Amino acid sequence: MKKLEAIVQPFKMEEVKEALKAIGIDGMTITEVRGHGRQKGHKEVYRGQEYNVDLLPKVKFELVVADARVEEVITALTASARTGKIGDGKIFVYEVAEAIRIRNGDRGESAL
Amino acid sequence: MKRLLLLGLILLPCLAFAQTPAAPLTLEQRVTAAEVAVKSAQSAGDNAWMLTSAALVLMMTGPGLALFYGGLVRRKNVLSTIMHSFVLMGVVTVLWALIGYSLAFGGGSAYIGDLRYLFLNGVGAVPNADYGATIPHQTYMVYQLMFAIITPALISGAFAERMKFSAMLIFTTIWMFLVYFPMAHMVWGKDGLLNSSLGGKFPTFDFAGGTVVHITSGVSALVCALYLKKRLGYPTEPIRPHNIVISVIGACLLWVGWFGFNAGSAVAASSLASSAFVATHFAAASAALAWMFVEWIKTGKPSTLGAISGAVAGLVAITPASGFVAPMPALLIGLCAGVVCYFMATAVKHMFGYDDALDAFGVHGAGGTLGAILTGIFATNLVNDSFKDPAGKLLPLGLIDGHGVQILYQLVGIAIAWGLAIVGSLIALKIADMIVGGVRVTKEDEQQGLDLSQHGEEGYLLEN
Repeated sequence: MKKLEAIVQPFKMEEVKEALKAIGIDGMTITEVRGHGRQKGHKEVYRGQEYNVDLLPKVKFELVVADARVEEVITALTASARTGKIGDGKIFVYEVAEAIRIRNGDRGESAL
Repeated sequence: MKRLLLLGLILLPCLAFAQTPAAPLTLEQRVTAAEVAVKSAQSAGDNAWMLTSAALVLMMTGPGLALFYGGLVRRKNVLSTIMHSFVLMGVVTVLWALIGYSLAFGGGSAYIGDLRYLFLNGVGAVPNADYGATIPHQTYMVYQLMFAIITPALISGAFAERMKFSAMLIFTTIWMFLVYFPMAHMVWGKDGLLNSSLGGKFPTFDFAGGTVVHITSGVSALVCALYLKKRLGYPTEPIRPHNIVISVIGACLLWVGWFGFNAGSAVAASSLASSAFVATHFAAASAALAWMFVEWIKTGKPSTLGAISGAVAGLVAITPASGFVAPMPALLIGLCAGVVCYFMATAVKHMFGYDDALDAFGVHGAGGTLGAILTGIFATNLVNDSFKDPAGKLLPLGLIDGHGVQILYQLVGIAIAWGLAIVGSLIALKIADMIVGGVRVTKEDEQQGLDLSQHGEEGYLLEN
């Protein structure tokens, strides 16, 4: 099993969600986050005082999938989240040691 | 049965006739009765407007100023900032009832009132002819109270986000005695030094409180900003307004409330009130546009915060002038205020490096001073016909009436307001400093935020 963390533009959230649903991914966790990579922030001015806002709002998807499906999910994520401009975000992939369904104690891939 | 009823009907007028004797009213009696009725009708009209105005002016402090300032601070200080305004609705009211009204409006001396109205003694239904001949003295007293409430609240824009709540209460209480009561007496009180209609030596035109309210609060704000020093992290770390939406709501409530502030200062539902209402509105409009366009040119974007700040600046500047100037000069006064206050709150503040957190000095101190000077220029007896010589001829008012010396009187009023505010604020701060051991919160408390450290609560608990 692998865990995928995809950090994407906030306005892409619905599109990414639909793309994941379309390939049969039912479970995911979504968080509103702030951060920056190479994308520069923007300038805000309040009564003449300038501020550079470099922590930008993003949306983070977390999902755990069977090893066999990882490439397929990455393809769906990149295709749906991409605008081609700087600031589109990143995907990180981790190993998952175990998954347990709390309701009935299922373990492993059947718990996903 | 029917016949009996008929008989009763015939006899009924006779019965009424028997009860009221047949003496017809003389012409004199009828005129007297008509005079009483006219007076009572005028009193009812004026009193209705003045009570409405009093309520409008209270609305300027809470929620108006509370929201305007509250939105401009960081979220950890929103309640503390709102409380700076709200608590004064309590503190100043009590002071006013016990002794404040008497010190401001009792007659006698040129500098401060006497104790004739101590505990509001003798302030009741009977009008005070000096202040408002057609409304109950009590209405005048409560109307003036609302001005006394908002003035110290305006100062809080300078010390926001770093002053101890206890120190703020002590400072404000002393400040009322040292600055507000004397200044209100000098400008509006009977026998006051600057009173233009009740025998002042230096008749200063201040229709609704340009000197009494805005210069005193604005200059005191500067003193507080310098005394308390900068907020931690200013100006290197980002200290952004946390909610400009509530600031917009606050600014709009201020704008509406200001009709009570300025038009109400006619102390009658008169044509002068209409004139002040119009001047007030026009100045706010042109000042909002002026600030917005200057900012657009300077920074490339016309901001919402800029537009509402401009409107407030225009309202401040028109305050002393509102009952003296025609609509076109009102537009011009607003325009000047928008431009001047923009540069005060941006360029001048940064040049000198003081941390006037919410620009109480830049808007109220600068705008109030500008408005007081412009009043001396644009005041005209075409608008305000209450100044006459013994022969009943209208006196010239401002420079455009050919009465240039009025500008000097305005400068005297401005100088006294500045001086009193500087000295009074320093003394009040020093005393507060000694009583609570430092007017400023500790570094840890400031970092945590004043809502938690001073009040033990948070403004936004949206997850609950």
